Amino acid sequence: MKATREAYGETLVELGRERPEIVVLDADLSSSTMTSKFAKEFPERFFNFGIAEANMMGAAAGLARSGKVPFASTFAVFASGRAYDQVRQSIAYPGFNVKITASHGGLTVGPDGASHQALEDIALMRVIPGMTVIVPADAEETRQVVRWAAAHDGPVYIRLGRSPVPDVFPQGAPIQPGKASIVKDAKGRGFEAMGPAGTRDGLDADVAILANGIMVSKCLEAWEILAAEGITSVVVDVAFVKPLDEKTLLELADRCGAFVTAEEHSVIGGLGGAVTEFLSENRPCPVVRVGVRDKFGQSGTPEELLTEYGLTAEKVAQAARKALSLKRPDLRTRM
Amino acid sequence: MGQDGKCESIRQTQRSEKAEEIRRVCREVRKNVVAMIGAAGSGHPGGSLSCVEIVSTLYFGVMRVNPEDPNWPDRDRFILSKGHAAPTLYAVLAEKGFFPKELLPTLRKFGSPLQGHPDAKKTPGVEVSTGSLGQGLSMAVGMALAGKLDRRGYRVWALLGDGECQEGQVWEAAMAASHYKLDNLAAFIDFNGLQIDGRVEEIMNPSPLADKWRAFGWCVLEVDGHDVDALLEAASCASESRGAPTAIIAKTVKGKGVSFMEGQREWHGKAPTGEELSRALEEVGRA
Repeated sequence: MKATREAYGETLVELGRERPEIVVLDADLSSSTMTSKFAKEFPERFFNFGIAEANMMGAAAGLARSGKVPFASTFAVFASGRAYDQVRQSIAYPGFNVKITASHGGLTVGPDGASHQALEDIALMRVIPGMTVIVPADAEETRQVVRWAAAHDGPVYIRLGRSPVPDVFPQGAPIQPGKASIVKDAKGRGFEAMGPAGTRDGLDADVAILANGIMVSKCLEAWEILAAEGITSVVVDVAFVKPLDEKTLLELADRCGAFVTAEEHSVIGGLGGAVTEFLSENRPCPVVRVGVRDKFGQSGTPEELLTEYGLTAEKVAQAARKALSLKRPDLRTRM
Repeated sequence: MGQDGKCESIRQTQRSEKAEEIRRVCREVRKNVVAMIGAAGSGHPGGSLSCVEIVSTLYFGVMRVNPEDPNWPDRDRFILSKGHAAPTLYAVLAEKGFFPKELLPTLRKFGSPLQGHPDAKKTPGVEVSTGSLGQGLSMAVGMALAGKLDRRGYRVWALLGDGECQEGQVWEAAMAASHYKLDNLAAFIDFNGLQIDGRVEEIMNPSPLADKWRAFGWCVLEVDGHDVDALLEAASCASESRGAPTAIIAKTVKGKGVSFMEGQREWHGKAPTGEELSRALEEVGRA
């Protein structure tokens, strides 16, 4: 168990040691976003902009234009909402190489309440042309996507969480950033078996469950619930909401013919939105979305909130049953 | 003493020759700005004409740039934060040789690198993309920070509108620039007194501007924004600043050079047509 923001803070320090052009910006939340670790080791390459997110994003753009690789961090709700116009106009429109790494995404911020719970950030970032949008599931995936982002040329939005999350990937797992990762196939085999060289026969299942962030581990629990009922499923980590791994989606559409998406975000515009948009144009089949149903959050413990808003293993299993019931066998047999 | 006096007089001669050359550039730029906006059929003549001397002075009398290598790492940077004055920036860049003047009449046309507002991806010499007011100074802050970090000697020059100073982000950036002691940064304020809806002081009064910038930790200079000698002097003064950024409040006339546009708010975002265009071209050609 480790929070993704912790892994981010550690990885930034490693990157800082390796690459002098890495600079880090924060807006008075460095002890929460964990950029404070970098600040401590590289004070001359760390810039605190105070409570002024708009200016921080603009300065990040200027640093990127001057050859630096800036990581700009604050809470997801501020990075995507407060500074939206700066992200759009100053960073993404000219295609500057800024990494927006936003922590405290979603409901699991907990007691701070709705003002601090970003449930729209993925939708806001995904709609910006050229923006890569990543929601890693655990500490290991965070380490790998942060490294990927540092090497990638172009704007990236990475969404991290406040609370510790169970490990989905073993340390050093051969994750291929940008590609969906099969974390559990229909035969119950984990990521190792399904790595790049893994077999694909476990992908034939009743339903494919796509998730990112904290919902990946919830979906692994849902796999067990469904298996006990005789329903086979494949759990897939789709950390890259944009660009989507379309090839894997098409393969799963052919092999499973029904989908569930699960995310700690509004059902509008995030992973569920991206998947339904893509499939409806390319391989129409039922997709049932698990996420927050067009509501603001509220104060509570992470677990209370996840239950209240339907982000549980049982709700994922329920969605899977619905997806199965929507699958039309008459069409399936003709494919 | 004698020798010093001689140097001083040589410097003065050089400076006045430089000013004469800049005034020639301004005449060209003004003509091109009017012609471009006329050809485009839309655009912002008022705020483009008010900053002709400022932008021309920077590119022809102050900044080190290399049109052959627009991304030369040691170049001085210019950020047109008031992006709607794009025609002036384009005309100056073309005059300087960043791209052929033949492109100027394509302003705002489909497929042109000369977009309605500056696009860093499309136009050589354009540092950043602007147009959403209030954002340029923050980007200038980032560039100045990078210059300090890399110990490069370049300077960063930003140009803001007076109305633009109503945007809160300007003051976030102002605070950061003095906090980080960015003496390699200077901002011109094109104080033409008008914005789309009327007089700046009536819509949302930003005055006293000089006091505000001073309170944010900046050195402040106030100049006539159409006086090339004064602008050269102010830029030279800003370049010598140590430990703080400099704001140069340049008093200007919106629509400067076209009698019927001068001081008229309706010419903020309207292109001259037919008779108006001929008159405007005649006036700026005569100047």
